[in-house]
Amino acid sequence: MPEQGRVITYADAGVEALRDEMRRDESIIYIGQGIGPRGGNFRQTRGLWQEFGDDRLRDTGICELGATGAAIGAAMAGTRTVVDEVFLDFALEAITQIVQQAANISYMSNGKIKAPVVIRGAMGAVRNAGAHHSHTFYNWFANTPGLKVALPATPYDLKGLFKTALRDPGPVAVIEHKSLYNTKGVVPEEDYLIPFGEARMVREGKDLTIVAMSRMVDLATKAAAALAEQGVSAEVLDPRTIVPLDRQTITASIKKTGKLVVIDESPSYCSFAGELIAIAVEDCFDELHVTPKRICSLPVPNPFSPVLENQMIPTVDRILSEVNDMMKQSRRKH
Amino acid sequence: MSERVLAEQLSRELLFTHYKKILELRLFELKVQELYRNGRLPGFVHLYVGEEAVAVGVCSPLDSTDLVFSTHRGHGHALAKGVPAGIVLAELWGKVTGSSGGRGGSMHMYAPEYGFMGTNGIVGAPIPLATGAALSAKLRKKSEVVVCFFGDGAVNSGSFHEAVNLGAVWNLPAVYVCENNLYATEMAFWRATKNTSVASRAAAYAIPGVEVDGQDVVAVYEAAEAAIQRARQDGGPTLIECKTYRYVGHHEGDPGTDYRTREEVREWKQRDPVKLARKRLLDSGMADENELQMADQEVEQLIESAVEFAEKSPEPSAESVKDHVF
Repeated sequence: MPEQGRVITYADAGVEALRDEMRRDESIIYIGQGIGPRGGNFRQTRGLWQEFGDDRLRDTGICELGATGAAIGAAMAGTRTVVDEVFLDFALEAITQIVQQAANISYMSNGKIKAPVVIRGAMGAVRNAGAHHSHTFYNWFANTPGLKVALPATPYDLKGLFKTALRDPGPVAVIEHKSLYNTKGVVPEEDYLIPFGEARMVREGKDLTIVAMSRMVDLATKAAAALAEQGVSAEVLDPRTIVPLDRQTITASIKKTGKLVVIDESPSYCSFAGELIAIAVEDCFDELHVTPKRICSLPVPNPFSPVLENQMIPTVDRILSEVNDMMKQSRRKH
Repeated sequence: MSERVLAEQLSRELLFTHYKKILELRLFELKVQELYRNGRLPGFVHLYVGEEAVAVGVCSPLDSTDLVFSTHRGHGHALAKGVPAGIVLAELWGKVTGSSGGRGGSMHMYAPEYGFMGTNGIVGAPIPLATGAALSAKLRKKSEVVVCFFGDGAVNSGSFHEAVNLGAVWNLPAVYVCENNLYATEMAFWRATKNTSVASRAAAYAIPGVEVDGQDVVAVYEAAEAAIQRARQDGGPTLIECKTYRYVGHHEGDPGTDYRTREEVREWKQRDPVKLARKRLLDSGMADENELQMADQEVEQLIESAVEFAEKSPEPSAESVKDHVF
């Protein structure tokens, strides 16, 4: 990831990926609510309708089930499609089409029919949106064979991952984080792709491995900086796609540091964090110095009250406290 | 128009083709029933016995490049769209030569090479998919038409409403064909909804709605032909309700007698699509008994060959289990 160059927002990085790909591939269409003249609830399609028009930027009424099914059907018939659920929460209205049709179609048809569809949605807690607009269920998608799952954490990654998704032969869930849309980062204007299944080394370290996705990468980075001041060298890795997963880079880091902390905005039970710890146990059992740790949201619906929501979601303070406990435990052992 | 007038307008060749196809669907399903009851076929099957005229009448005017989306009761749709019987049966047998190489089975068989976009295990789900395929056809500026079959059970689902609404507002080349066989599994249509006219629901979307006798292949053909032409000429979608009946239970193993009377079944069998198509050929003088017997033998032979092909086909290799996930 370049450190210098043009700086744009996460939202604009997504727009740029779409504009590039829609110019390159004239078959791509985009279906969703408010994605036309309005430019998207999160400004995530700003300017695209003005360039590509009604045929390719297709606003619908409130009908996620019909619209998502139509996007998948169009993809099955040869038209690459993006369906924007806007809030990832609303994908639940259409989950049967995503899981039963899009994810299964390649297998059920013996590879004869592909559904090149990008399912786009914004997840996560932001500004106390409450229980209906804050879910993060990427682990559900990751548990569905046939579906790829990208969780971009930076503007650079969003552009590169989105472009890769728009060239993938099958369905990809590109799940953004609502609180990231206004964040800024360096994004080259030129065309680049980020291959799926390649983790990003956010920060190198030797004492422990922190794995985080999406908004949690920022928290992990801040925690790692604070830990450095205490003399603890934390390595931060962002898998970027959880399906496919860069198992090798992650396990190599765990073997190097002997310690694993996973930060996950979903609740811990049956979570991606749990999966990573299972992988650590399977692949790195002999190298682990200390019990791996999950730092997840508490298992409660997203509360409205700022006090309660802050209590629910992982914070830098909580990460530091948990990591310090882990380091003490590690010292006792050795 | 009376049946007779319609029949006279259609060529002998077309009527004869319809008859043979209806018989093929009937004999195919009866063979599947026999194989299933003898424990030869794995999984579950929903048979199309009694409803054959709908699939044949609707698919007859279609081009090979037009697309069909089907249901859990879809073997007949596959055959009517031109998928060879051996390939359909091999899929039901879980064989590698099946349309999905044995990965799909009865409710998940796909043959895009014949324009057959799949049976479906989820009631209502194909309606949005077909709508999207019609959008694709329209944007690709092909004159392809997309037909979606579904049962009366699907029309009370949200999928129906959302998808037909989109098809209408986008003026897509889609034909929505409801096979109203009066029961969704065991649920009588009149118990499930107050408005029992599916065709009348078209008015809610400002598209044409037509009700036809689903046992009469000519009536189905005429309605489908008009709807397909309209769709091809950018006239938008049509909703066709075909009144039909399944003679068998919901799935093989359901006797189908707990929720309907034997009299009702008997009554519907009076207007059997095979008999009606046969009678029309005889009454119009387009074919004699001798010619029909030869046609019957030809279809019987076709089914026997399909069984032989499917039975002799190999199973997929266990090692291939992970192929084609992505």
